[in-house]
Amino acid sequence: MRHSDRSTFHPLARLLHWLMAAAIIAMLLIGLGMVASVSARHDWLLAIHKPLGIAILLLAITRLVVRRRHPPPPLPADLPRLQAWAAHASHWLLYALMLAMPLIGWAMLSAGGYPVTLGAGLQLPAIAPTNTTLFAVLRAAHSVLAYALALTFLAHMGAALYHGLIRRDGVLASMIGVRRKTSASN
Amino acid sequence: MTSPSSSRPGLWRWALVIAPVLLVLLIIAYVAGWLSPHRLTPDRFINQFQTNGGVHPGLRRNHAKGVCVAGYFQGNDQASVLSRAALFADVRTPVVGRFSLPGPNPLTPDGSTPVRAMALRFALANGQQWRTAMLNAPVFSVNTPQAFYQNLVAHAPDAHTGKPDKAKIAAFNAAHPEMAPFMAWAKATVPSASFATQNYGGLDAFYVTNARGQRHAVRWRFVPQAKATDPTGKPDANALDADLMQRLANGPLRWQLVFTVAQAGDPTAQAATAWPADRKQITAGTLVLTRASGQAEGPCRDINYDPTILPDGMSLTDDPLPPARSAAYADSFRRRTAEEAHLPGYPAAKETH
Ligand code: HEM
Ligand code: HEM
Repeated sequence: MRHSDRSTFHPLARLLHWLMAAAIIAMLLIGLGMVASVSARHDWLLAIHKPLGIAILLLAITRLVVRRRHPPPPLPADLPRLQAWAAHASHWLLYALMLAMPLIGWAMLSAGGYPVTLGAGLQLPAIAPTNTTLFAVLRAAHSVLAYALALTFLAHMGAALYHGLIRRDGVLASMIGVRRKTSASN
Repeated sequence: MTSPSSSRPGLWRWALVIAPVLLVLLIIAYVAGWLSPHRLTPDRFINQFQTNGGVHPGLRRNHAKGVCVAGYFQGNDQASVLSRAALFADVRTPVVGRFSLPGPNPLTPDGSTPVRAMALRFALANGQQWRTAMLNAPVFSVNTPQAFYQNLVAHAPDAHTGKPDKAKIAAFNAAHPEMAPFMAWAKATVPSASFATQNYGGLDAFYVTNARGQRHAVRWRFVPQAKATDPTGKPDANALDADLMQRLANGPLRWQLVFTVAQAGDPTAQAATAWPADRKQITAGTLVLTRASGQAEGPCRDINYDPTILPDGMSLTDDPLPPARSAAYADSFRRRTAEEAHLPGYPAAKETH
């Protein structure tokens, strides 16, 4: 796909971004909700959690490929150094977590000796040996990193709104797809 | 121009930045149950088991006393009319199981309760699994997780006496007439001196689906082939393990798996209520147990006998107990494996050697 406008993200990148934003928020809520429920909700949420988590893994890999082909527009040149650093660090943290969370979920079930079923007769192979210590560590990591992902996401959303509403510097617009009136990179 | 707008942002803009962040936090807090201290969560369930029976690091929070067994299941293809699950064909499926006593206390004397339990994990050749955890009772005590939890609360040791408060138990029983069939069985049953002679039922109702897509609601029981040569009177504190080892030394132990098929109108969401006795029964095969080992080092230690882990061809009904069990067993498993792994913040499990 041709995308000559250097002030916004590539349309495919934008599509992946908003699709995954919705999926990841949903996953955090589904995960937290299912482990806090003893009703039938526990089981149908888990039945969504596993396939949706694996879908996020596949989408995250696709997204990194798209990102290599179509690098994101640069941040505004006048953004304070610390903010620019925080923006880059938080983006890489988000990528790391959206890859790590599904892999840990998958490995955790493998280590716990569970069949990794995705519904509709679909079953994934184990990606870790059956091992109790490994299960315990991965199970704890799945919780701790879920909270880390939630906090990083909140900071990310707050920052995006700050760019859009306070700085009004076109950063939020670049992901929504609205062209900046002037480019930051000229 | 990319410089921030020259006019100072109004307060409402800051509000629009902060409000969505707070809203998401609020939704997270609600979903995770932090705003509803009275919601029954797996965490509260397991805490209540610990309140009643103490914390025994590394051990199950319920059915803490038990022993591992292993063997196989030989299907006979007769239940294939009910379920397409691969283990019901004429095949042999390896099994790792566990016999146990109910309750959170690993030192429960064998004679103190008539309840005996058997849990099984079938590892199908196609990688699927069937896990079931069963009791020797004809029905479960209650129909809902809430009632089960209230029953635990009623049996909690009193702060002053250290013993359960009889008045609270009586009040709970009076408020739960559904308990009658289970209580009648418990009263009439002498604690058996052998795991091998007991008839274990899944109690909950599940659906089975055959190769043609036809679905039936069923319950199942494992009917013992061992003769009841139980001595009369209460067994010794640890009679069951000794009996099991001795019997296995003499040869394998066998049970037949029998499905009972519901008719329209039979309740699937009431594990405390038996279905009429004349329902169709189908024998699916034979469970053969050949060896046993202590639960501290045996292969059943690190298995979570979650009754919602089912092969293709079996599925959940509207019975409210299995989802609650799945959630509670997972939390028990999370805690006990964390203790075994000596994760920080958890009491370390005792070394087994
Ligand atoms: C983006 C991906 C994922 C996110 C954000 C996520 C998030 C979560 C969260 C927040 C919890 C609750 C943790 C707690 O409060 O202790 C959870 C639990 C769980 N997750 Fe995930 N998860 C992801 C992917 C996966 C995948 C791919 C699998 C398996 C294939 C998986 C399996 C599980 C299981 C089985 C539990 C419950 C464990 C238990 O009951 O002990 N997750 N997840
Ligand atoms: C809402 C109701 C129930 C709750 C909250 C509950 C809770 C528990 C817990 C926490 C465990 C320990 C799990 C582990 O650490 O692996 C356990 C084990 C067990 N439960 Fe339940 N249970 C419930 C209902 C039932 C019913 C209806 C049955 C029988 C039909 C049953 C049979 C068993 C058996 C046999 C075990 C031992 C499994 C093993 O050997 O690992 N439970 N239960």
